[in-house]
Amino acid sequence: MKNTYLSLLPYAVMTTLSVSAVGAAAAPAEIKLWRHETSNIAEIQVSKDAIDRFNKSQGNWRVVAEMIPEGSYTQTVTAAALANELPCILDMDQPVVPNFAWSGYLRPLEGLVSKEALDSLIDSAKGSYKGQVYSVGQFDVALALFTRKSILDKHGIRQATMEQPWSKAELLDALAKLKASGEYPYPLSMRTGWSGEWYSYGYTPWLQSFGGDQINRDNYREAEGVLNGKAGLAWGEFFQDLFEQGYVDRNPSDDKAFIQGRSALDYVGSWEMDNHSQRWGEDLVVMPVPDFGNGPVVGGGSWQWGVTQSCANPEGAAAFVEFILQPSEIAEMSEVTGMIPSSAEAARLTKHYREGGDWRFFYDYSAAYAKLRPATPAYPIISSTFETMARNIKDGSSVQDALDEAVDTIERNIADNKGYGFN
Amino acid sequence: MNADTSALKGAALPTPSSGAAEPYRPPRRRYVFLLSTPALLGLFMFLILPFLMAVVMSFTDQRLLSPNETEWVGLRNYDRLLSVNWLVQEPVADNGVVQRDADGEPTYPRLRTLLRQDPAYEGYKELTSWQLGDKRLVVLAKDPLFIKSFLNTLQFVLLVVPLQCGMALGLALLINRQLKGIYLFRTIFFSPVVTSIVVVSIVWSFLYHRDLGLFNHYLQAMSFGLIGPIDWLGDPEWAMPSIVLMSAWQAAGVQMLIFLAGLQGISADLYEAAELDGAGTWSKFWHVTLPGLKNTTVFVIISTTIQAFGLFTQVDVMTRGGPQGSTSTVMYHAVTKGFREQDIAYGSAISVIFFLVILAIALLQKRFFDKRGG
Repeated sequence: MKNTYLSLLPYAVMTTLSVSAVGAAAAPAEIKLWRHETSNIAEIQVSKDAIDRFNKSQGNWRVVAEMIPEGSYTQTVTAAALANELPCILDMDQPVVPNFAWSGYLRPLEGLVSKEALDSLIDSAKGSYKGQVYSVGQFDVALALFTRKSILDKHGIRQATMEQPWSKAELLDALAKLKASGEYPYPLSMRTGWSGEWYSYGYTPWLQSFGGDQINRDNYREAEGVLNGKAGLAWGEFFQDLFEQGYVDRNPSDDKAFIQGRSALDYVGSWEMDNHSQRWGEDLVVMPVPDFGNGPVVGGGSWQWGVTQSCANPEGAAAFVEFILQPSEIAEMSEVTGMIPSSAEAARLTKHYREGGDWRFFYDYSAAYAKLRPATPAYPIISSTFETMARNIKDGSSVQDALDEAVDTIERNIADNKGYGFN
Repeated sequence: MNADTSALKGAALPTPSSGAAEPYRPPRRRYVFLLSTPALLGLFMFLILPFLMAVVMSFTDQRLLSPNETEWVGLRNYDRLLSVNWLVQEPVADNGVVQRDADGEPTYPRLRTLLRQDPAYEGYKELTSWQLGDKRLVVLAKDPLFIKSFLNTLQFVLLVVPLQCGMALGLALLINRQLKGIYLFRTIFFSPVVTSIVVVSIVWSFLYHRDLGLFNHYLQAMSFGLIGPIDWLGDPEWAMPSIVLMSAWQAAGVQMLIFLAGLQGISADLYEAAELDGAGTWSKFWHVTLPGLKNTTVFVIISTTIQAFGLFTQVDVMTRGGPQGSTSTVMYHAVTKGFREQDIAYGSAISVIFFLVILAIALLQKRFFDKRGG
């Protein structure tokens, strides 16, 4: 008896030692990742699955994800930055990337991520500051005008196409017809009830189509003449007129007007495509945004991934970023969430966005019309000031005064912060 | 009150002559400190330290996220908040003939061009203006929105305190009876308080909607179409009163319970005596109830005033400071500047000034009530 146990002992010892040796050699370095938690559960699941696939595909690094609620995401990230507790990888809304880069929290991605991967992306899927890329995204969205074929036919309104988008006159004409018909208390729904980034993201493209902009992109220090010049004044008066004529609701009680048939036109982003097509099916028509003189313009840049300066394993973080920029990964995200894929090869792999796909037009709008928001650390104040200004114009204040006040606020803030690195 | 204290009289209250007074003191003070340290630590970390930080920050150009070094700027933030100036504008005249616009009003050169050219008026914007004949007196301020926010907050306090306290008193009088089921009404009247203010704001913004809201529907129905639809949240005249109504409705429950406690503290003998003297309902209310509620009323008014000064959530959810700044309050302005635009030093300066103002008003109120009572 004793001899049997004794003879088994060396085998037991050897097995234990070899198992622990294997375990010790293969302990992967942990990489922390934060992403914002949206109401789109499918999007979260795709991210989690991508992380699992990455972890399984190699043994050097293990990405551990944490979801942060979207509503307080900026505050959480700011607080973590101040406390020096940022994760290795985090996702950010593209327009705040220059601010984070200027504050010194992000690493430039050139050198970390391969040039081929960066070049394969569409322009609006990269966040830059002073010529360097700091963030990359898997998807983008495009603004469009949604309406219904039955409405266009009933009122004799031409359907706009990319070859011939609506002009300002055509838009006003269509709105006048719809308002006169009495069927729609407010024919155009522009989501004026949304607060936060929407006013800057959604309404600046029209300002840019008029020929203005939020700030002079040559020096990123002046807004005088750009925001409050003739083009800005023309946009402001047009914008105010929409409300005065009763085409748009100043204070909508909800954002379901188009879905419930209370409004005829809906100016919103492609993220609503799923809801709209479920509601209106074959009757739904998607048109490019109007051309107010300088070509149609849509916004660009959505949630993108960046690598922080405080990351202990930047090569691992870069490996993960390259992993999710593969066409198969981008296509997977696009298929599940319905958003525009950020590279041409990925678009070919998706059902909706391949050439001839039923949502290909969003990809085309983004490629043709997208203009990124100003790549300056001053963007948070530009956005906040623009929102206040647009609300004042909507509520009836003097257009030139509102524009001038916005310019003064933005320029003073830039001067206070020593030009935000632009000198 | 009437308990037998004679036994206690014999017990050893330390008297100087006993010679045993001294040894009692040190342990008491030590225990006082020990037992209150946890609470004092919390108060220090979350109240006193941030307050001191805010005061110090308001003299710098601190930002939330910035690679630039924080610099001492002295009174710059206060100067930007409180500077007021004025100038008189002549109308545009062509060879002595005043140019007038379509309404017959004199036209004036663009104020902004004037202000940008003259270094004495750097950073100023128009606050308000008055016509003096053909000339125009323009009052300038460096932060007209702050001054407007302050006046809006004062307007809110002056409207909401009488309304809310009056409602609370009325409700307390109603439920101060021994009827069956009175507890049900007490719960119903208190329920708005326990509902989240954000949820209340969202629901009331549905009610206030110009075309689809319930209030306008009832108004039109009850007045047979005479009272037109009121743009409750979109009209600068009506936006603040709308918020006043909603805030008074939501918070009256708490004051109602405090008044109820005060009412139940008034001895029933006084009411009996008043009835024997032939007092009617109004006389009883005026001469017995109100004087008996004096201390309660003082507390309710002071605490409601201080809470009302902090108005923020309703504005943030319903109107975002609009329309045209008519509902912007000091707290909303401070949060917008300090957190959303990341200028935390400016936000701190706003909160320091506000603290001094509220302190002064609270002390004045107390003085007023003490004088009347004493």
